[in-house]
Amino acid sequence: MQRHLISAADLTRDDAVLILDTAEEMARVADRPIKKLPTLRGRTVVNLFFEDSTRTRISFEAAEKRLSADVINFTAKGSSVSKGESLKDTAQTLEAMGVDAVVIRHGASGAPYRLATSGWIDAHVINAGDGTHQHPTQALLDAFTMRRRLVGRDAGLGKDLDGRRITLVGDILHSRVARSNVDLLHTLGAEVTLVAPPTLLPVGVESWPCEVSYDLDSTLTKSDAVMLLRVQRERMNAAFFPTEREYSRRYGLDGDRMSKMPDHAIVMHPGPMVRGMEITAEVADSDRCTVVEQVTNGVSVRMAVLYLLLGGNEPAVTHARPTEEK
Amino acid sequence: MDKQLDAPPGARSDARPVLEGPDIARVLTRIAHEIVERAKGADDVVLLGIPTRGVFLARRLADKLEQITERKIPVGSLDITMYRDDLRMHPPRALARTDIPGDGIDGRLVVLVDDVLFSGRTIRAALDALNDIGRPRAVQLAVLVDRGHRELPIRADYVGKNLPTSLRETVKVQLAEEDGRDTVLLGAKPAAPGAHP
Amino acid sequence: MSKTLIRGAKVLGGEPQDVLIDGATIAQVGTGLSAEGAEVIEADGKVLLPGLVDLHTHLREPGREDSETVLTGTRAAASGGYTNVFAMANTFPVADTAGVVEQVWRLGQESGYCDVQPVGAVTVGLEGAKLAELGAMHESAAGVTVFSDDGKCVHDAVIMRRALEYVKAFGGVVAQHAQEPRLTEGAQMNEGVVSAELGLGGWPAVAEESIIARDVLLAEHVGSRVHICHLSTAGSVEIVRWAKSRGIDVTAEVTPHHLLLTDELVRSYNPVYKVNPPLRTERDVLALREALADGTIDIVATDHAPHPHEDKDCEWAAAAMGMVGLETALSVVQETMVDTGLLDWAGVADRMSVKPAKIGQATGHGRPVSAGEPANLTLVDTAYRGQVDPAGFASRSRNTPYEGRELPGRVTHTWLRGKATLVDGKLT
Repeated sequence: MQRHLISAADLTRDDAVLILDTAEEMARVADRPIKKLPTLRGRTVVNLFFEDSTRTRISFEAAEKRLSADVINFTAKGSSVSKGESLKDTAQTLEAMGVDAVVIRHGASGAPYRLATSGWIDAHVINAGDGTHQHPTQALLDAFTMRRRLVGRDAGLGKDLDGRRITLVGDILHSRVARSNVDLLHTLGAEVTLVAPPTLLPVGVESWPCEVSYDLDSTLTKSDAVMLLRVQRERMNAAFFPTEREYSRRYGLDGDRMSKMPDHAIVMHPGPMVRGMEITAEVADSDRCTVVEQVTNGVSVRMAVLYLLLGGNEPAVTHARPTEEK
Repeated sequence: MDKQLDAPPGARSDARPVLEGPDIARVLTRIAHEIVERAKGADDVVLLGIPTRGVFLARRLADKLEQITERKIPVGSLDITMYRDDLRMHPPRALARTDIPGDGIDGRLVVLVDDVLFSGRTIRAALDALNDIGRPRAVQLAVLVDRGHRELPIRADYVGKNLPTSLRETVKVQLAEEDGRDTVLLGAKPAAPGAHP
Repeated sequence: MSKTLIRGAKVLGGEPQDVLIDGATIAQVGTGLSAEGAEVIEADGKVLLPGLVDLHTHLREPGREDSETVLTGTRAAASGGYTNVFAMANTFPVADTAGVVEQVWRLGQESGYCDVQPVGAVTVGLEGAKLAELGAMHESAAGVTVFSDDGKCVHDAVIMRRALEYVKAFGGVVAQHAQEPRLTEGAQMNEGVVSAELGLGGWPAVAEESIIARDVLLAEHVGSRVHICHLSTAGSVEIVRWAKSRGIDVTAEVTPHHLLLTDELVRSYNPVYKVNPPLRTERDVLALREALADGTIDIVATDHAPHPHEDKDCEWAAAAMGMVGLETALSVVQETMVDTGLLDWAGVADRMSVKPAKIGQATGHGRPVSAGEPANLTLVDTAYRGQVDPAGFASRSRNTPYEGRELPGRVTHTWLRGKATLVDGKLT
């Protein structure tokens, strides 16, 4: 693995499988009376959030605390950032306090990449979502959820998602979740189809390793998992689609549509859901919907990433497994 | 099969066997009897193997205990990777399975099972890991080989073979489940700088 | 009067000749000229060009003296071989009145390194709503002939039409920054394969091309001439080519960076590559080179846009757009046009001196290298190759995309009306 986790595209198949396998073991810690491991004792991790995201932040925080890291939370609101301090100065200030890793959420695409590559700091950088670019731990937790449901909890160990058909529906254009998922799912051998109105697909999508369709119904029958992406209401005012009603009629998932999916197929959503827009309450509350599982899995996957990046003297080596010797 | 006679991958050409398959089976049987004796029937024994080979040894011991006691013996695995004190000295290792039998370990006699007892650091990590899982009545340790050179005040309760070694030697346990055959090999350590004990 | 004899210079890349400067003018051009009483410069096969003219420079003064001043900007110009630069109007305050343009013009006169011709804003405050006093700026001491809201597009079709018509009265020209504002809201880089991957707001080629198409039609309709700033796409080239074939009075410029760099560089998220218009694709770059060679694009203009370090040492979205260019322009043109065989040195003189002077009506610049002409000259060591080191820049800013890149050519001498402003690569 590389020193930083900036983009899902940076992960090899072996990296990704190692993270998913490690996350399975981390998940078992949650079943213990003491949900804590001493692994990152003495390491300091800062959650540097320039954008509101309580869900992602508390998920990282839970993961860090379960691994016994010292956690510093830094949110832009009410901080010196709102007084005009730059990303560089903020990061350097934090590093001066002895931070080993920076988990960064930023509204600007590429901000974590800049932080990791511009020589401003030495700490490991973990991207917790940047603009409309990447959200690699979200893609990992999605892949983890898919592998558990579609391959099996124990049966999935060591395996990827070879040949699984995954459909992503919604606002692809503005979605870092979509970009990360396309990259990671492709690496894991899945066949990805994007479904959206043409207005919500980026120009240049034809170069992505996936299929593109404008028609949801014809895709549903051939999907092992359907992931719905949030469609923000303000997009309507920018003429991406005529009305909410028309959007949900053409691209929303309701009970009728769900019944066309294969019996084993699951419905996923990175949250927060806009019920009645991209997903009906009937679908959101059904057994096939993995939204709550995804949240749980997020903690395990983030523990795995933190352990594999920070647990040793260098990031985990994935091309060769170290030989057992005592 | 001829193949089994070839040197398995990882075995040094100058390594010589100090325990062969029948010896291993015999010492495990002895250890099983000792456990029953010392635990007065092994009513509350839980066997926890330390991955990788300790787990196979624990399962074999459990089979033998079941033959002796005609009762089901709970057996599981305890991965100590994240409790190791040398984590910071190497890249992170892939995790192995921790599998605690359904009734847990509270109030039970936990027998930790490992292949080789050396510095004692693995067992210290295992004790820490146990601490996060529950409160056993007592913890005991069974090992196939004790090669000495302890760095912590730890000793085994049940030892298959005491094997005096020098620090320049390596002890490699091979088990059929993982390696295709049962043997304990004593060899010379290659002069690899940075290799960890 | 002082005399300088430049010995053995390849005038416009031709056979070596001697050029004698007497005072502010070229006295003689020939072989075996007498050096009596003259300082002798051994050109030794270097190429002698008319002093370069940049129709598109941001000198930042007044208002952003932390990034550049008229003095530092003209020193950078002289270093790059320029003898005349046109200073864009997007200063603070905006150059939309006679007072501001006269101030800039006067600062240029005082600098002594390079003639500074202020560009006047088309609309008040560059806001695109109300015409600035174009006539007053023309009649001022600065004698403004080029008007531009550069940095912003004159997007309102009626305002653009009126501006094109109005400047006809005194022979002015409107230089359009072609950028349809609605199509470029939140735009961060060229829209295409790379933007889709990087998640940066797309800046479609059509946002430039649609404005150019509209403006050439407007120019045709009202019988005016129009100049297109920093053309950046293959589609824009096609439109200008079509307009010229129809006899529409349109001229166009391309920047050095659009002749060399592509949007692939944005993958680094390094804002040194952030510029308006954005870096495009390789296909666009090749089309621009071809258009400059065949004359569809008339000139090279630098769009020299200095920014302080902190405005580039940050995340992409927060960074300012623009690159410095005066001190590397000729090297990039040699790399992309001369060394590729697309243009000879006479062609370079035409695109970087003669034509820009003509479009901007800069008297005394872009003249032939012959007896009786003003001695505005540039001597270039075309055999040189070296890495770009921004530490050596005369500009106050360092935001160059070429740091560490090896480029050919080095300006060794520049003369402004016979006075050396650059000698052996050092400013006087």
